[in-house]
Amino acid sequence: MQLELRGITKRFGALTANDHIDLVVAPGEIHCLLGENGAGKSTLMNVLYGLYQADEGEILLDGAVQHFDGPGDAMRSGIGMVHQHFMLIPVFTVAENVMLGHEQTSFGGRLDLDAARKRVREISDRFGFSVDPDAIVGDLPVGVQQRVEIIKALSRDARVLVFDEPTAVLTPQETDELMAIMRQLRDEGTSIVFITHKLREVREVADRITVIRLGKVVGEAAPTASNSDLAALMVGRAVELVVQKQQARPGPASLVVENLDVIDPNGLKVVNDVSFTVHEGEILAIAGVQGNGQTELTEAIMGLQPRVNGRVSLGGQVLTGLSVRRVLDAGVGFVPEDRTEDGLVAEMTIAENLMLDRSHSEPFVARGSLRLEHLDGFAEEKKKEFDIRAQSISTPAGRLSGGNQQKVVLAREMSRDLRLLIAAQPTRGIDVGSIEFVHKRMVETRDAGIPVIVVSTELDEVVALADRIAVMYRGSIVGIVPGDTPRDVLGLMMAGERPSEVAA
Amino acid sequence: MSGGTPAPATTTEQTADQPRANAILKEIVNGNVLITVLAVLLALLIGGVLIALTNEDVQTAAGYFFSRPQDTLLAVWNAVSGAYVALFQGSIYNFRRDDFLTAIRPLTDTLTYAAPLIVAGLGVGLAFRVGMFNIGGRGQMLIAAAAAGWVGFSFHLPWGIHLIVAVIAGIVGGALWAGIVGLLKARTGAHEVILTIMLNYVAFYLVAYMLRTPGLLQAPDQVNPKSPPMLETAIFPPLLGPAYKLHVGFIIVILATVFVWWLLNRSSLGFRFRAVGENPNAARVAGMDVKNIYVYAMLVSGGLLGLAGVMQVLGTVPTGFSSGIDAGIGFDAITVALLGRSKPWGIFAAGVLFGAFKAGGYAMQASQGVPVDVVTIVQSLIVLFIAAPPLVRAIFFLPDGSRRRRRTTPIVTKEVEAK
Amino acid sequence: MSATITPDATPVSVTLESTEIRSWKAPIALAVFVVVAVVLFVVLGRDGATTFRLSSDSDVVQLADWVLPARPTGITVTVLLALLTVVVVALTTMGNRLSARARRMVLAASIVAFTFLFLLGFLTWAAAGAAIPVTGLLLGTVSLSAPLIFGALGGVISERVGVVNVAIEGQLLAGAFCAALVASVTGNPFVGLVAAMIAGVLVSFVLAAFSIKYLVDQVIVGVVLNVLVLGLTSFLYSTVLSVDTAALNTAPRFPRFPIPVLSDIPVIGPVLFRQTLIVYLMYIAVVAVYIGLFHTKWGLRLRAVGEHPQAADTVGIRVNPTRFWNVSLAGAVAGLGGAYFTLDSVSSFGKDMTAGAGFIALAAVIFGRWNPVRATFAALLFGFATNLQNVLGAIGSPVPSEFMLMLPYVVTVLAVAGLVGYARGPAASGKPYIKS
Repeated sequence: MQLELRGITKRFGALTANDHIDLVVAPGEIHCLLGENGAGKSTLMNVLYGLYQADEGEILLDGAVQHFDGPGDAMRSGIGMVHQHFMLIPVFTVAENVMLGHEQTSFGGRLDLDAARKRVREISDRFGFSVDPDAIVGDLPVGVQQRVEIIKALSRDARVLVFDEPTAVLTPQETDELMAIMRQLRDEGTSIVFITHKLREVREVADRITVIRLGKVVGEAAPTASNSDLAALMVGRAVELVVQKQQARPGPASLVVENLDVIDPNGLKVVNDVSFTVHEGEILAIAGVQGNGQTELTEAIMGLQPRVNGRVSLGGQVLTGLSVRRVLDAGVGFVPEDRTEDGLVAEMTIAENLMLDRSHSEPFVARGSLRLEHLDGFAEEKKKEFDIRAQSISTPAGRLSGGNQQKVVLAREMSRDLRLLIAAQPTRGIDVGSIEFVHKRMVETRDAGIPVIVVSTELDEVVALADRIAVMYRGSIVGIVPGDTPRDVLGLMMAGERPSEVAA
Repeated sequence: MSGGTPAPATTTEQTADQPRANAILKEIVNGNVLITVLAVLLALLIGGVLIALTNEDVQTAAGYFFSRPQDTLLAVWNAVSGAYVALFQGSIYNFRRDDFLTAIRPLTDTLTYAAPLIVAGLGVGLAFRVGMFNIGGRGQMLIAAAAAGWVGFSFHLPWGIHLIVAVIAGIVGGALWAGIVGLLKARTGAHEVILTIMLNYVAFYLVAYMLRTPGLLQAPDQVNPKSPPMLETAIFPPLLGPAYKLHVGFIIVILATVFVWWLLNRSSLGFRFRAVGENPNAARVAGMDVKNIYVYAMLVSGGLLGLAGVMQVLGTVPTGFSSGIDAGIGFDAITVALLGRSKPWGIFAAGVLFGAFKAGGYAMQASQGVPVDVVTIVQSLIVLFIAAPPLVRAIFFLPDGSRRRRRTTPIVTKEVEAK
Repeated sequence: MSATITPDATPVSVTLESTEIRSWKAPIALAVFVVVAVVLFVVLGRDGATTFRLSSDSDVVQLADWVLPARPTGITVTVLLALLTVVVVALTTMGNRLSARARRMVLAASIVAFTFLFLLGFLTWAAAGAAIPVTGLLLGTVSLSAPLIFGALGGVISERVGVVNVAIEGQLLAGAFCAALVASVTGNPFVGLVAAMIAGVLVSFVLAAFSIKYLVDQVIVGVVLNVLVLGLTSFLYSTVLSVDTAALNTAPRFPRFPIPVLSDIPVIGPVLFRQTLIVYLMYIAVVAVYIGLFHTKWGLRLRAVGEHPQAADTVGIRVNPTRFWNVSLAGAVAGLGGAYFTLDSVSSFGKDMTAGAGFIALAAVIFGRWNPVRATFAALLFGFATNLQNVLGAIGSPVPSEFMLMLPYVVTVLAVAGLVGYARGPAASGKPYIKS
């Protein structure tokens, strides 16, 4: 089935997320939609899928204009979608998830689960998925859940299949398997729209490439185009991320992590026997695909994980077993991964957020009372120093842009007497100007002789900042390598291969 | 690399950059004050409709509505205005009395009724600010009343000390009963709404048992489940002389309001309360012990509701109490806290308003035969309306000015992960 | 913890290690009950014999009375309870040899046996020297449970679709009021029944409108609705119903309708099959809601909306209408429970006559873990506790009646605190769905 989008425009208030986008996807082709985060790819696909209504433009299938009031209409017309955040009910079985929304019923209106099971097995066998129709979805690994999403779409006879950032949660191996599945689907005549911001994947699998930036189509490219050409189209500037920094002058080892295990509420070891050291005056980057234990590792150091084995010490002081409060008091600064959820209280003012983790003692508190005049002075100073752009220090933090929110978190953490800084995904979802600012402060912290841990899933950031790189895979550290290790080696390590084998 | 979406952020920042006067005007037109006033008016209007519909004169006149419609309208006017005038005279100022000192007595009654409502509202509102829903006011009040009452009728202590000991006993009783909830929530992750509802009944039956058991709370010569009267030394002394019911407890209410205001806005603990209430995850990452905060907040909240129970046994009804001593205040407190938008002085004002409804409601029932239940209806309607500003705006054809969703109610569903 | 992964394996071993988390809650809870049993049945053991009367004079099949000596029975029961606890402890420590399924089966069977034995021991102890009319006890249980069960079914439907229903009390009260009024005016209990359903739906409409359209916190709406309905019904009771009680508040009651053959079965017959139409409707409702929820398209979609509304939306299920209509349906079911008060147990409405039954129904929903059948059993348990209090009160019980009445609430507190079972509601319950 041929899909055509003509002049699709979608506005959210003053923001134009999609600006007259034209796109043609031919039957049996894999069409990549390439663009940065926030370029408008997902909005476009939500319009296509009937979740949003376009303000202008039309959707055509095999030349006929379509009108979708909701996802139900889109599905009936043969459009299927594999969502970035899986749209599966965790407590339902695979079969129930697959049948939901187009249930077959037998006598007396009862659900025909057998038919659904059969359908799951049929599709599952066709692609060699081996998915048990009676498994509870919530118990399945992420990669298998994605296959359930694919089965769900195919069971509705989708002729156009949209994959929205499908590889974000996958290991490189799982990614390769997904590519193979896409090719097989294409060869069977399905049109595929593959949304991503990862150049490697695009060049590997795409038949055609459309690049969008800031809501507009900025160009088309063949899969033979070079990385730098594609990147230039995608970001509209030189893609190289350069951080000005001197050679590190590492001092003695400061943070020592020994045989650290973290056990999650389900009893799984999500961090498995991890040991490493960070020296004064160096940046250790922890690289890896999202969900390989990095988050839990940093949380374990902070005292946020309840079930931890092993030992963490900072300058000789043992941190394991201490409360978060004590870990912070020991001089650990922490920039959490999810800023809005863990780093800030959106309804509180900038000033209040700046004292969030110092509400128990001097200088902001005296005899149980807040010292507001001191806080205001401090906040004004930090607002200037960290270039936090807001009307005033009493603006609620939730109203700031991502970059400014991150600056508030950084300002708070860096104005304490630090002996270690941990920054998890410090530049995720923030604008370019703020990224540079954040990176500069990281390097300055390092140069002040403080050990720094940067956790990042973005290889560019890892390479730009790190003096040494630890790569995590499935809860373990695959290896710790120098900061100038080539990217392809890092990529293989992120798939779980050890550096010695990679080198061999 | 990710580029972010700066555009939506800038739009919101622009709204924040508007001139301040304009913002204040907008706040009045779209915001809390106007909506609150309109909600009260609307609720009174519906109350009026109910009064008119159930009035016998109106029903009689409506029988010949088409021949003489003015009779019906007149009857409606008489019924509704009569009821509301009685409500006013019973709660604020009675112009039928000659001297000012008697005419103003209803206002002091209003404040007497308002006293437990305000402290109870402060307790519920404080829990709201910490992200918890304390529906357990009834149970906490009952336990507090039992504790304070027991001290009040059975201890023989000097004047002053007796009262203080009784008050403290009540506060501690309420705090502990609520503390059970805080502890269970903190340790097991159980939801406080269910816990407090259930503990209300447990407290009710517990106190009922004690009240009918000689040697515990039952008055020695009684067959009814009722306690002996409080000893003179344990009763709140009258504030304006014996002619008025208003007692010293009201001073405590004012002090409690100041205390809660200080606690929430100026204290270190209150800072943590608010942080946990708005975002428990961020609070935990910032080193706050979220579980302990839940326990502390429930203790303070329960203590305030306990104080409301104390007001009842040592102030409003010092002649001995039964298991109905809470008089529904535990639930009214929820409406008071919502109307006051969980802010201490807002709650104070809301408590006075509902105290007026209560005082006036009884006067209305006595003089006009309109059941006092109409006050309950009006109160619950007010809360429904202020909880849904878009509805009020739609009814009064106001522009839907505030684009961003204003959170009028606490997010109670937000839970910190039980890690 | 078993051995850590050896570092030399080619790609790092892909299975995450798992450690078994054992729950000690069940054995601890049972042990507590054994202690209670030792104290009550042995230490405070009473002399005399307890008579269990299994049939009444009107029954076709007469069963002989069952007489147990109180003290020996108490001791025997306590020993058996202790043995069962040992079994459960053994299961917890060494159960790894059994499959998970087998373990669950043995555990469940042990707990059921434990409950039954404890109950037997308690009844024998409490009624020592007197007779317990078993049929009457159970019949009263069904009567007291009927409105609770309707209320709980309403709660289950509503919460499963994602709207917390604290307004069950209001729905029951509104149903009771309208049933009484309409049945009195028309003289027809069937019309009253329909009116009760409509009243429940109206309360639900408000709940649904405020929580779905205006995104008001559902607990707040529920709490306020209860107060509003109480105020409205009390107001109208004073101003309308009590003006002419004969014409407006004297509802015709449903007659008892014994089902032929079934009603002659000993014990069960009089308890279950000599009932009124509303009770028979209740049986149907329990089965219908169970089958509906778990075996039909309606139930699948309803549960999907309550668990993950966005996922439901992406497969073309319209979330908010689904919520709206199912919350209304829940109101209709709860309204039927309200009708039970005025068309079955008594024939007139009284102020606040539901007296917290809605909250016990809510407790049953949670204690029944949002499952209609389990919630029904929870409601029956609560009804049983209340009625036991009545029966024991009549024969002079050693336990203060208030403590029996407290039982449902205490049990629910223990349940939500995770001490008895494990309560997890539908994931999206209480959260409004806002389309991004």
